[in-house]
Amino acid sequence: MTAETKVLPLNSTKPATLMDQHAAKSEQVPAIECRHVWKIYGKNEQRAHQAVKTENISKEACLAEYGCVIGVVDASFSVNQGEIFCIMGLSGSGKSTLMRHVNRLIEPTDGQILINGTDIGTLSTPEMRALRAKKIGMVFQNMALLPHRNVRDNVAFGLEVRKVPKKERHAAAENALALVHLDGWGDRFPRELSGGMQQRVGLARALASDPDILLMDEPFSALDPLIRRQLQDQFLELSQKLKKTTLFITHDLDEAIRIGAHIAIMKDGVLVQIGTPEEIVTNPTDEYVADFVAGISRLHLVSATTVMYPAVDFLRKFPEVAAEQLPSVGPDDDLDTLVEIMTDVEANRVAVRADGKIIGIVTRRSLLRGIQGKPTEKIQFDAAQPQDAQAAGGA
Amino acid sequence: MNGDAVISIGSYIETLVDWLNVNHAAPFEMLSALMERSVKLLEAVLLFPNAFVVMIVVALLAWKVAGRQVGALTFGGLLFCYLMDLWKATMLTTALVGVSTMAALLVAIPLGIWSAVNPTADKITRPVMDFMQTMPPWVYLIPAVILFSLGRAPAVIATAVFAIPPALRLTSLGIKEVPKDQLEVGKAFGATQGQIIWKIQIPTAMPSIMAGVNQCIMMSLAMVVLAGLIGAGGLGGEVVRGLTRMMIGVGVRSGLAIVILAIIFDRVTQGMVALSKR
Repeated sequence: MTAETKVLPLNSTKPATLMDQHAAKSEQVPAIECRHVWKIYGKNEQRAHQAVKTENISKEACLAEYGCVIGVVDASFSVNQGEIFCIMGLSGSGKSTLMRHVNRLIEPTDGQILINGTDIGTLSTPEMRALRAKKIGMVFQNMALLPHRNVRDNVAFGLEVRKVPKKERHAAAENALALVHLDGWGDRFPRELSGGMQQRVGLARALASDPDILLMDEPFSALDPLIRRQLQDQFLELSQKLKKTTLFITHDLDEAIRIGAHIAIMKDGVLVQIGTPEEIVTNPTDEYVADFVAGISRLHLVSATTVMYPAVDFLRKFPEVAAEQLPSVGPDDDLDTLVEIMTDVEANRVAVRADGKIIGIVTRRSLLRGIQGKPTEKIQFDAAQPQDAQAAGGA
Repeated sequence: MNGDAVISIGSYIETLVDWLNVNHAAPFEMLSALMERSVKLLEAVLLFPNAFVVMIVVALLAWKVAGRQVGALTFGGLLFCYLMDLWKATMLTTALVGVSTMAALLVAIPLGIWSAVNPTADKITRPVMDFMQTMPPWVYLIPAVILFSLGRAPAVIATAVFAIPPALRLTSLGIKEVPKDQLEVGKAFGATQGQIIWKIQIPTAMPSIMAGVNQCIMMSLAMVVLAGLIGAGGLGGEVVRGLTRMMIGVGVRSGLAIVILAIIFDRVTQGMVALSKR
């Protein structure tokens, strides 16, 4: 991105704004923070909001009594600098609505949204426009490229509305196009491009003004599966290079897991669970989430630590096991690696080592249960020698 | 007016128009002079060079905008008008159509954009446009003559009024039909309301606006011919001459020239619609 920052006078000599001051201690301040955000649509939104909050009336009652539709209910989450945060939910769950609060395309009924520590509810219209133009890039589900502009001018649109001189904005557009591997396509028109390419143009447009934050509203949903996967890979690669804070919306849990460092699951306007992909998959909070994760392959998600027996317990139970001789993996290695080792070396047990020290033992049984999504059992020490542990010891 | 009418709209309108004519003649005179001069200027420009130069220049422009076939058609059509000895009348009619179309578009496009973005404006323009479109076109000629007397000025003004509705409607429709997500793009990238109108809505609505321009020109041509009745001259004047003197030859040849002109105007502006879609 250095080439681009040179071209674009983004954080130039203007007096330091609130946001720039925060940038200094950016490590502590979340890039995006939503605090108790509510969105209720309708004429009586404030009264309906009170009713929902204090009396906890249902969605249907809210519509019948106040003529209001509940969009987002008490959503709080924060996104760290440089991380990808996915919001996953089915259509109508309010995820797009929630995202549009972050750049205030939608005003919340209640609650605060902070960008780099600044409450954007306090910004004036011109300040908000400047924030959108400089700090936040957005990618849309159906690309939404402007049909009468060529690719270069589409990408340069955000800079154009900021009145960046033509030469500079075209140079920035070319840089952004190069990032998405579309260099040389600047003179084409959107209709001449395939869906996947159009969405890369959409991404380039969001990147052209070198924003801190990317908002991606189901960017890959409209594409066919093969292209979708390619774009996910490209995006991940790009993301590791540019380290942009990204809020990513999807209805596809697989995609959320591939892309997100954290995932929030949304249902009927409520964020039902927020966690890392592994937390969501291994420990769903309710049946709704459990249903979702049921079909997800755990091979690349769940780590050895989750399926191992603690070394102390295991070796107390089976003192005959020569733990030092077992093949070993690191604590963050995934189940796939464990399967690989167990099938390769015909080992029945694998040691999990952290800093050279054995912290746990994975057996075939615990691995298979882990793949099934069942929790690892506790090793029992009563006289009867419960069969679980016996099996776990595995002759 | 029929004395038995309970509501004698006719007499109210007569009173209003007479009152305007007597007490507020100045703005009408100014408008009249402006139109008169614009037509005269455009006519002079069209008639100043040799007729063949005009034919070739216009045909080349048509070629550039709408392709070789339309270019050839334009040249052939104009040549035919010239050979029928209707060159002067054809050029005058072209000048009348040009000026009335310009006047109509100057009103129609801004109002169309306004009524697309402002629901109140839409509520006002809609019934007015309905009224203007369904009122028989001859009726416009009467107040035009009273306020602007006979000749080209009332013809141009009545024509412009008649040609406003389709251009206004199509402009408004085009702007309203710009996809919502494109407007969201404007907002999300920090564009002002004005930038959204100029950089997103108008360019995206261009094919529809150009279709409005096409309709505006065609309506103008139809009306300018009618305006031959109030002394506008040109091909319309020829038709009226043929009609009043029962000279079928005069009527048919000027009718043919009008058809040719209409085809040329239509094909060229269709070409412009197609260009704006690219």
